[in-house]
Amino acid sequence: MKNEGKSAQRPDNTAFTQQRLPAWQPILSAGIVIPGFLIIGLAFIGIGIGLFLTSQTIQVQEMDYTGVEKDSPCFRCTIPSNLNCTCEVTFSLSTLFTGPVFFYYGLSNYYQNFRRYGVSKDYNQLTGDTRYFKSRSPEEDCSPYSYDSNNNPIVPCGAIANSIFNDTFELYQIINGTKKQVPLDGRGISWWTDYNIKYRNPSPVNGSLAKAFDGTVKPINWPRPAYELDLTDPNNNGFLNQDFLVWMRRAALPQFRKLYRRITDGDYAAGLPAGNYSLTVHYNYPVLSFDGRKKVVFSNVSWMGGKNNFLGLAYLVVGSLCVVMSVVMLVVYAKFKFSDDDDA
Amino acid sequence: PMIGFFGRSMARETGESGETKSTKVKKHKRRKSKKESKTRIVHANILYDLTKGGDNPNRHYANNKIKTTKYTLLSFLPKNLFEQFHRFANVYFVFIALLNFVPVVNAFQPELALAPVVFILSVTAIKDLWEDYRRHRSDKEINHMDCLVYSRNEKQYVEKYWKELRVGDFIRLRCNEILPADVLLLSSSDPDRLCHIETATLDGETNLKQRQVVRSFIDLDCEFDPFKYNSVIECEKPNNDLNRFRGYIIHRSGRRDGLYKDNLLLRGCTIRNTEEAVGIVIYAGHETKAMLNNNGPRYKRSKLERQMNVDVFWCVVILLVMCLFSAIGHGLWMFQYGDKRPVFDVLSPEGTDLSPVVSAIYLFLTMIIVFQVLIPISLFVSIEIVKICQVYFIHQDMELYDEETDSHLQCRALNITEDLGQMQYIFSDKTGTLTENKMVFRRCTVAGVEYSAVNQYKIEAPNLTVAPGAEPKPNGPAFCPNTLPSLFMYHSEKDITPDPQLMDKVNECSSQMEFMRFHSQPLNQIPPDLCDIFDFFIALTICNTVVVSSPNQPRQKVGRPTTRNYLLSSPSAESTLTKLNEEKRPEHDLQHAFSPTRPNFEKTKALAQDECELRYEAESPDEAALVYAARAYKCALVGRLPDQVTVELPHLGKLSFELLHTLGFDSTRKRMSVVVKHPLTEQITVYSKGADSVIMDLIRPGTDDCKGKRQRKILYKTQNYLNLYAADGLRTLCIAKKVLSKEEYASWLQHHLEAETAIQRREELLFESALRLETNLQLLGATGIEDRLQDGVPETIASLRKAGLQIWVLTGDKQETAINIAYACKLLDPEEEIITLNADSQEACAVLLENSLHYIQAKFLCNPRPDPQAARDYAGIHFSSPVCSPASSGHSSPFLVHRLGLVIDGRTLAYALDKSLEDDFLAVARSCRSVLCCRSTPLQKSMVVKLVRNKLKVMTLAIGDGANDVSMIQVADVGVGISGQEGMQAVMASDFALPRFRYLQKLLLVHGHWCYSRLANMILYFFYKNAMFVALIFWYQFYCGFSGSAMVDQWYLIFFNLMFSAFPQLITGTLDKDVSAETLQELPQLYMNGQNSEEYKPYMFWMNMIDAFYQSLICFFIPYFAYVDSDVDLFTWGTPITTLALFTILLHLGIETKTWTLMNWMSIGFSIALFFTVALCYNASCPTCFSPSNTYWIMQKLLGDPIFYLLCVVTPIAALLPRYI
Repeated sequence: MKNEGKSAQRPDNTAFTQQRLPAWQPILSAGIVIPGFLIIGLAFIGIGIGLFLTSQTIQVQEMDYTGVEKDSPCFRCTIPSNLNCTCEVTFSLSTLFTGPVFFYYGLSNYYQNFRRYGVSKDYNQLTGDTRYFKSRSPEEDCSPYSYDSNNNPIVPCGAIANSIFNDTFELYQIINGTKKQVPLDGRGISWWTDYNIKYRNPSPVNGSLAKAFDGTVKPINWPRPAYELDLTDPNNNGFLNQDFLVWMRRAALPQFRKLYRRITDGDYAAGLPAGNYSLTVHYNYPVLSFDGRKKVVFSNVSWMGGKNNFLGLAYLVVGSLCVVMSVVMLVVYAKFKFSDDDDA
Repeated sequence: PMIGFFGRSMARETGESGETKSTKVKKHKRRKSKKESKTRIVHANILYDLTKGGDNPNRHYANNKIKTTKYTLLSFLPKNLFEQFHRFANVYFVFIALLNFVPVVNAFQPELALAPVVFILSVTAIKDLWEDYRRHRSDKEINHMDCLVYSRNEKQYVEKYWKELRVGDFIRLRCNEILPADVLLLSSSDPDRLCHIETATLDGETNLKQRQVVRSFIDLDCEFDPFKYNSVIECEKPNNDLNRFRGYIIHRSGRRDGLYKDNLLLRGCTIRNTEEAVGIVIYAGHETKAMLNNNGPRYKRSKLERQMNVDVFWCVVILLVMCLFSAIGHGLWMFQYGDKRPVFDVLSPEGTDLSPVVSAIYLFLTMIIVFQVLIPISLFVSIEIVKICQVYFIHQDMELYDEETDSHLQCRALNITEDLGQMQYIFSDKTGTLTENKMVFRRCTVAGVEYSAVNQYKIEAPNLTVAPGAEPKPNGPAFCPNTLPSLFMYHSEKDITPDPQLMDKVNECSSQMEFMRFHSQPLNQIPPDLCDIFDFFIALTICNTVVVSSPNQPRQKVGRPTTRNYLLSSPSAESTLTKLNEEKRPEHDLQHAFSPTRPNFEKTKALAQDECELRYEAESPDEAALVYAARAYKCALVGRLPDQVTVELPHLGKLSFELLHTLGFDSTRKRMSVVVKHPLTEQITVYSKGADSVIMDLIRPGTDDCKGKRQRKILYKTQNYLNLYAADGLRTLCIAKKVLSKEEYASWLQHHLEAETAIQRREELLFESALRLETNLQLLGATGIEDRLQDGVPETIASLRKAGLQIWVLTGDKQETAINIAYACKLLDPEEEIITLNADSQEACAVLLENSLHYIQAKFLCNPRPDPQAARDYAGIHFSSPVCSPASSGHSSPFLVHRLGLVIDGRTLAYALDKSLEDDFLAVARSCRSVLCCRSTPLQKSMVVKLVRNKLKVMTLAIGDGANDVSMIQVADVGVGISGQEGMQAVMASDFALPRFRYLQKLLLVHGHWCYSRLANMILYFFYKNAMFVALIFWYQFYCGFSGSAMVDQWYLIFFNLMFSAFPQLITGTLDKDVSAETLQELPQLYMNGQNSEEYKPYMFWMNMIDAFYQSLICFFIPYFAYVDSDVDLFTWGTPITTLALFTILLHLGIETKTWTLMNWMSIGFSIALFFTVALCYNASCPTCFSPSNTYWIMQKLLGDPIFYLLCVVTPIAALLPRYI
């Protein structure tokens, strides 16, 4: 006769309830730790060397053209009254700058990540929704770059759009004293998703993009309205202007560069040959008021992106630390081991 | 439930609503009439037409509908929110979320910022709602139970719902029915006008209690007719004292009869053994004693949590410092630009310049939002979850399961599991805690002659009877012939082999008595020895409150007389008084009295068969032991009625003693007495039974020479034997009697009746009355009862002591007994020196304490210089003599513990606990290894615990099994109840309930240690995790002009703690074992780890903070340098940081985790998978939503970037490298 009521309260005897789950208790014995560290260390050193060498192969040509020094070519353009100023920066390449060459402009001491700056835009406008051109969407933070002094709505509104970088560059190779323009390719320099998904132009009214912007005004700092950003290429206007898209993607740090053009076409598809070059800068963007710097960067890229020695060095340092530690541990371990043996 | 911040207001679930309701009612009444303010007057409802109701004086009392729910549909939301906002943490988080709605300071999408708070609030709200719904369901069920209520219109009892019941209704109760309200018993089908109830739901005691019909209704011969009832009841206001009910009933004639707790049937009890009873409802619904007693779960805050709250406070400080730093930084940053505003600086929405100061102030608020994660919102929830899991595991432990009683450990307090790992002092009760509390009659001395009964433990004897006090369940062992042998424990108290010599004497005595009775000779010719023996056994048999029942028919009372017209039946004291005055009794009545009572015919048969199977249910095991012992000597208790006790004796057959009074046991008098009319001698006799110390003081040897001399001799001898018994560790009781002359009795009775009917101060008056009666007693003898030690007690004590726990035993037993048990359970060591403190006065006590202190100092306080000689001695005589040394546990506590034992008795303890002496007492006591307080009252027990707890600032644990330990259990940090023999009061009051004392070892050493170390580590980890994550954003402030922007997307920022990194730590917090259970039990010293809070010391918080800051520096600056001066955009840079912070945090947890189970692997895998899934979905979901940040397609892009992987490998390793060293 089985008595079932008797042990009704008896707990289940399972590994889980009795806390007897099979468990792995990592015991950090010298036999595991020392080789472990050694292996990790060596692997890291290997990766580090690889990264470092890769980084070394990348060519970079950087030029500050802010014009702080009196003798610098763009010094005269730093005077605020000097509008539409153009200056010329020359440089020479001793070897072939293998292509494709990426042409960046760089700013430093420029806080695109400033919080109030960062929120100052209206994505609803930027998707081409004309409803938000005049009446503002509730979550937008464009003010005070929302309406101009006549209370006309600004499109695109906000501080980011308003502060778009508007220096332009022309690159010439100087061959025997004559300037040969290097064709700059401005297509596809922005993120694919920005160009194809995130940003949309308003649908043209009667085939005209400009009409879609009717009743709005351009951002205060802009010389021309959005639909006339690129006079050469009608498809590169409005919110889908590549430079605009690049600018709108805010930089993470106060020292940053942004892709301006690529050199992929014509005689320069294989890169910039050795020789003298002249960069014509249409100097519009004031940075000295906040102690900023402007530069242009020519660089080619590897699989790991632009030139960066740091990551390789980091791997090397961490890897070496691991190796050193394993050696130290080995020494300590050996010492104890032998002293134990002595005791025994 | 979620814990509050610095304090938590756990709603007292049901009690609260009940109380508020009753106070409401009271208020209402107070307004109505001032006269009613002290008492409640109950009229019968049928005198009034309820439909009109206007003039019914009962209408203001609460009806029987109960509502224990806290909310209604409408009030749920506001009320629940209101309650939740009592918790500081919730207010804080809501405040932060609301800050987000202020445009100048907002940091996140305001709706999103609400998410965590809403999540936490709604989880709690749903839990509350569900609990409330369950309460509602059970309320509804209870409210719709049926009961029979007398209807005025139909003139009969009709079925009604409980909720329709009103004060003043007459209800008819049938057997096995549950009482719907507090009912005054007016009639019972039982011829003795008794009603048996089971109070298990109220106090857990399963033995039957007798309740008695109100005196004036006892004589009613015919059935109770509600229409004839016209009395008014005046009684106390509703209160929660289950053991008190006072009032009187005023009949139309103006006569008043007292009402006692014996007349009241309490709601929730079950009617047993009584076919039918009728009563009037006195208290209904929320005013019933059961409901008023219904307090919610206890809330205690654990030491760890208190410590944690300090660090939460530090987190707030750190948060404020960080915010302040950022604000100042921002102010300066703004200031450096002067009037020339850079293009990226955005003016205020109005287009005006923000001054640096104003910006800084705004920024301060913004930073609070951004850094809010530093105050771990999920910590409180996580701790709750982990504790619930821990409680579950403790519940489930097989080793804490007691097969014998089919009970396992219960955790009644859910939130102090980790305190179990930090105990420093254990205060233990002795009886029932260290011992079995299964009393076995061992020896007795009668009239100065000692008889010892040797027990035979029939281990596997198939005995079909069950333990007294244990309710036989259907299909239970009582009815199953193949009883499990493990039940043998229960039998020991019945299996008494009588001492043959004493047995002979009993036989001789009874035969002589019988002879004399038949020859109508006066009984005083029997030699006093035999007479004493006879009286001794009569006293054992009747001086108690044992209920007799037969196992075959559970709860069936035996020996129920059917006729009530014999002489001794008159139950009322008043009528007894009148009968006393009758000079001559009718002859036939006398004979009747001597003849066996006439039991019910079938019952007699049953009785004949099952005579030896009678079960005795006693309130205390001692009583049962004595009754069983008496039965072994053929002096068997066969029936007990409130006014009569029937005893079966050899030769004499059944004798009925008229029970005139029972003066119940109380802890002050330490004795009980019954007043009976002796059926043989017709004398009014008082039998007293009690602690030897008190009884011996009340003995007055007779004045006449011969008798007095004999009695003094007996007294002397008995005292010797008592000392012997005590030395053997037996519990001693003295039995005494007193014969009252009619005049003495009459004069005493007069006072006693006054006391009984008094409403005010009734207890005191009754107490005084008892004192008046219990004087000049004649000593009959003494008994020695053995209370065996529970299994494994010495081992448990030894191992707990090794674990550095100080064990104090607080017992009500006498000193000698206590000392002996203490030796037996290895609490005291024979090699130990014992300081005994017995003082008669405050001054003496002071001197004693002073002397002991000096003694201890002189003897043990060795010079601080290390003495090689002493050290050598120490090594040699470690176990042989008390040495000045930190004992095994000494070095961990701030004071030295010597190999000393302290024994103090109750009286001295009372002096020592005085304000002026308590410090001295503690100084002495804490330097002793073990302390034994004997003869202590429940109050003293709790005072000792309180004293030690408050003065020494240590963690205390009190363990006990009886009602006398309740106060101690409640005072201690952790109260443990033993679910033993003495009812459930201790268990009800406890935080943890154990079936056996020995389980304490595993509970503390293993579960306590685990719970503590798991929680401590988890809390520290939580602080680390949050600080590490927040610091990442803090470093970023240096690179964004202290503008409060974050490279970590708002979603990750908010859900990081709540979701991504939440599960692994819960698993580790629940399952991690730093040391295996076996090792913990083998090496109790490991417990000191928790005692000294070594897992979580204040500096550890700061160490973790520093570690967090270091790791965050690595996690910030490796990506910083990897990406500086590149075209990376904000969130493409921030997302890898989030990812590698997650990896670092998980890897950190991996290092902290000592045991890896499948669950750990799975949780970590799940966390990572969850993060990537959420990130990928979120980054793919909506290109334009989630302003102000926009992370569309970033994760997807990153996954194609080798740098991302390279970063994710090197950074966590670099960050955690110092941990590995």
